[in-house]
Amino acid sequence: MTDSAWETLSEQAVAAASAVYFLALLCHLVEWAARLGSTRKAATKELAGAGGPATVEAADGDAPAEVSEKAARRMEFCGRLGLLLTILAAACHLVGLVGRGMAADPNRVPWGNMYEFTLSGTFVMVLAYLVLYKRFRLAWMAPLVLVVVLTCLMVAVIWLWDPVAPLTEALNSYWLVIHVVSAVIATGAFTLGGILSVVYLAKLRKPDATTGWRVHVPTLEALDRISYRIHAFAFPVWTFAVLITGPIWAHEAWSSYWNWDPKEVWAFITWVVYAGYLHARATAGWKGRNAAWIALVGLVTLWYSFIGVNFFNSNTQHGYASGAPAPVVERVAVSPVDR
Amino acid sequence: MSTTEQAPRKAPDTGRRPGELGLVEMLRWAWRQLTSMRTALVLLLLLALAAVPGSIVPQEGVDSLKTSSWKDAHPQLTPIYEKLGLFDVYSSPWFAAVYLLLMVSLVGCILPRTRVYWRALRAQPPRAPRNLLRLPDHATYTTDEEPEAVLARAREVLRGKRYRLRAADDGDAGDAVSSERGYLREAGNLLFHLSIIVVLVGFAMGSLFGYKGGVITVVGQGFSNIGNQYDEFKPGTLFDESQMEPFSFDITKFDVDWIMDGPRAGMAQKFVSHLEYVEEPGAKPKSYDLRVNHPLAIGDTEIFLIGHGYAPVITVRDGNGDVTYSGPTVFLPEDQTFRSFGVVKAGDAQPEGIGLQGLLFPSFYMTPDGDPATLVGDDLNPLISFNVWKGDPNPSGAPQSVYMLDTGSMEQLKRADGVPYRLDLQPGETARLPDGLGSVTFERMATWNKLQISQTPGKELALAGVVLALLGLLGSLFIRPRRVWVRARRGDGGTLVEVAALDRSGGGDTETLVADLVAELRRTPGDDPGTGDDSDAGPDSGPDSGPDSAGSAREKDA
Repeated sequence: MTDSAWETLSEQAVAAASAVYFLALLCHLVEWAARLGSTRKAATKELAGAGGPATVEAADGDAPAEVSEKAARRMEFCGRLGLLLTILAAACHLVGLVGRGMAADPNRVPWGNMYEFTLSGTFVMVLAYLVLYKRFRLAWMAPLVLVVVLTCLMVAVIWLWDPVAPLTEALNSYWLVIHVVSAVIATGAFTLGGILSVVYLAKLRKPDATTGWRVHVPTLEALDRISYRIHAFAFPVWTFAVLITGPIWAHEAWSSYWNWDPKEVWAFITWVVYAGYLHARATAGWKGRNAAWIALVGLVTLWYSFIGVNFFNSNTQHGYASGAPAPVVERVAVSPVDR
Repeated sequence: MSTTEQAPRKAPDTGRRPGELGLVEMLRWAWRQLTSMRTALVLLLLLALAAVPGSIVPQEGVDSLKTSSWKDAHPQLTPIYEKLGLFDVYSSPWFAAVYLLLMVSLVGCILPRTRVYWRALRAQPPRAPRNLLRLPDHATYTTDEEPEAVLARAREVLRGKRYRLRAADDGDAGDAVSSERGYLREAGNLLFHLSIIVVLVGFAMGSLFGYKGGVITVVGQGFSNIGNQYDEFKPGTLFDESQMEPFSFDITKFDVDWIMDGPRAGMAQKFVSHLEYVEEPGAKPKSYDLRVNHPLAIGDTEIFLIGHGYAPVITVRDGNGDVTYSGPTVFLPEDQTFRSFGVVKAGDAQPEGIGLQGLLFPSFYMTPDGDPATLVGDDLNPLISFNVWKGDPNPSGAPQSVYMLDTGSMEQLKRADGVPYRLDLQPGETARLPDGLGSVTFERMATWNKLQISQTPGKELALAGVVLALLGLLGSLFIRPRRVWVRARRGDGGTLVEVAALDRSGGGDTETLVADLVAELRRTPGDDPGTGDDSDAGPDSGPDSGPDSAGSAREKDA
């Protein structure tokens, strides 16, 4: 296959993945609708049973049971179908990534610019969701994950897209593989953890709700715990990416392992905020709500350091994503005086 | 906080008002506040916040050119920002204050915790609580076995799982086994925090004892590692020039690949600088191919290839025909097509000084309106387009940039129609200047390399610190500190066994832990696991787990 064929394949695969993710989202929405519907019916039935005479309840007894059985079957079917479609979409997504790497000459890892990074990051997120699906019983968060993934893919395709291009000289290093892959993994995991924190905070507003979606998400304690576990996984990975491989690479490419470049600054800020989150979970008065808020602040700084820095801080050396690479000599202009 | 209880109660004796603190108490109170987790947390968030301005306001140490142009553009804000240290955030006193306070808080937190940990490390696992069923995760079952046999097996099983056991004759009244594991979690935690200090020390060493210098060297020329050979030189506060290693090198050749098609057409790639170097005068010459991402290390000094550009060789003859300027002239690239800007100052020319300001087009073509432009950065067809000034380029004699022509006391040459005089030269061409000023020759193209040369002492220490921090972090996040207790007592229907576990990190796996342990304990060596007694092995399912305890366990989950 030629490089341009690979590129086309990649783009088609990403489009296909987005379409299938969307179908999966629809399935999960139907599933959720059925789930919410069944509880509402159960609730009304309970009310009727409590108020009305016993005979009425007995006469009515069969119909709702049948309905809820039907709903349950639909719920299960749609849930399974949604999961299946998500797996299928993830496979397409992977093809899109591989195609991107194969389209470059020479072949390389598919995270050389922001479009590719977003593609990889969302893939990691889906992968993490699928891997943890059983262990943490994540079925309930399917619509949220899919909405976030679809949004990110849309942003990537519309605003971040870049043609396949060879790497700039500074990026041409095996540290690109190690440094960026760890950043991608951490970003995907942090985002997943952040979604859980959002749900936690939303549930916290009405922890004792007996109707509505809140009933169907895990308990506050479980949400907090799963969120913590995912953050606790992502934090060391982020540490590795930002404070170990990043400086090593910076030292090789730019001669100084820490330059206070805006990207570095924001990666550091993100690290500090998530460190704060881990501490907050162990501090009286900060557990729960405040910790979850800190996690969300961390998520914002994380995504700012990834996307925002490239758009708002023009003086970053990490500007590879903005298309044309800045000439490397820019710093030369620090004019030496007449010798 | 609760420390206000420290206020002396015998106010009349000391002559102090109630609630007033003595100096020592005040200090102790301040120390407690500073080293409390809450303060550490606030300081952490403050550190994150304090780092933000440095990414918004251009920083002197990061990009001084951008900083000075920002200052020019904001004359009103500049003095305020300067007072606040906003152009040098990361070495400003207030930023230092935040991280130093954080470090003090960290040390103040680590020291007592190390003491506590040291004690815990040598202590026995705590005695079994009187009522194991009060713990959130517990299970009970009855068996025909003797309590002693159950406890002996519990010891064996727990030891096999690398639990530390409390000595049998110590406390436990002979009816229980107490065990604990996961001691390394706190060790990891302490290691993580200590390593941060190591990293800071390494970082400080780099900025105190290191230096960073930049030099532009024309290919074909050489460099000796002496301070005055540098174009820019930033020594650390405690840097001593005797640290500089006496190496020297020549750049013999420079190769660069130009991408001619595709989305990155025009981009330079795979540039290699071929160096011949000696580590000290008289040493055997060695060669090295210097590339981006592949620095050359000589002793403690490292040499990096940062950039490249063109240095056309230009000769200026004055009105008398004497050579007043000759040599490779560094032109700075303005964009990625390597259209470059440079100046020539021949102040000594007679009868009048000559100043040239030119744009270099490495692969030029003429646009329809007669102005040159360049296709790519490769020097396939170079052209320099000069404007010419006459007069003294440096009347004051003060040091000035070699990349800028100060035309303040010069006069630009104009054509008769008032359009500035323009001189287009290709390699090998000479042009005579009007007014008998002399002539300019573009001899040939040459290239230059921008090299960064630096010493970063402490970088290995910082790296070791951060790797240790990561190890500690992994330990503190993933090692589970657990306590497990097994109690066996003779009851009415046989031996009643209670198993309970506590995860001190707040992790939630203790339920399965207890279930697994019960399953293992019930697998009597000679017994068929399927048969035996009537109760189930699952948690909370024993006949004697009272309704209240089961209820409380559930409540915790809800």
